[in-house]
Amino acid sequence: MLLALLVLALVTTVLAGPVLARAARSWTLRRTAARRGSPLPPDLTYDPGRERRAEHRARQLLRSCVNDEEWAMYRDLGFVRVAGRHLGDGHRPSEARLPPYAYLVYPHKPIVAYVPQTGQLLSEYCVEFPDVSGDGRSRLPASDDVLAKWMALTSDEARVIGQANMHLVGRQLDPQRVRRDLWRLSEWERRRGDPRSAQARSA
Amino acid sequence: MKPGYGEILLTEGDPQLREDQERLVEEFTRQLDSGMWAAVPTEHPGSGRREATMVLDYAEIPPDAERVIFFPRAAGG
Repeated sequence: MLLALLVLALVTTVLAGPVLARAARSWTLRRTAARRGSPLPPDLTYDPGRERRAEHRARQLLRSCVNDEEWAMYRDLGFVRVAGRHLGDGHRPSEARLPPYAYLVYPHKPIVAYVPQTGQLLSEYCVEFPDVSGDGRSRLPASDDVLAKWMALTSDEARVIGQANMHLVGRQLDPQRVRRDLWRLSEWERRRGDPRSAQARSA
Repeated sequence: MKPGYGEILLTEGDPQLREDQERLVEEFTRQLDSGMWAAVPTEHPGSGRREATMVLDYAEIPPDAERVIFFPRAAGG
């Protein structure tokens, strides 16, 4: 009996070792930071529960701002398509026909410009929305990042594109993956019965 | 929008009431001064197309706007 208890205690100590060591390290770092008045290291301020709640709120906010199609696109495919607003003649493309160019907006990835008629990838625009009020180390929840890009593109496309770093597609995003996303998008639209999908395929 | 927190309600009120309006203007100015961009989500009647309108001044907020969303300025990534 005593031997069994000793073995059990030994196993418990071994299993709890890493957890105790982590707790001790965390306590030491917090104490040191408090004494020096310096900010906590990022791995100590990261709270997965808080991040999950933030993302949940962000999805609700995104859903309340974009239209039903865009929301369904983001929910099903993980990105949103935003039509390019400039035709060069000062007019905006109509809703019914394909725009001359469009953007794929991914969370925390570059915006990709492409030609809907041909599927040709044009360029990727690296843009982020850094935390100006905090320490600059945390970032927006994924859905907030998409919403920020959507608001910036639909309200002032030239401004946000002007702020972004432009590169050929392939610097950060895999072109094959983007082409696969375009195929997924066209299949998704086909299943929804979107006439623009048929336009793109026949072009 | 705040990194790590998502949507946070900063303030709310009826812009028709003077006291509320002063508070709304104050918060609007404070957010822009801290480096945020402000946008108002809008919907086009008829087409149902949705987009956002960037506002640089409190007076530019459409009178029928229900909310103004502040988000960090874009920067090259």
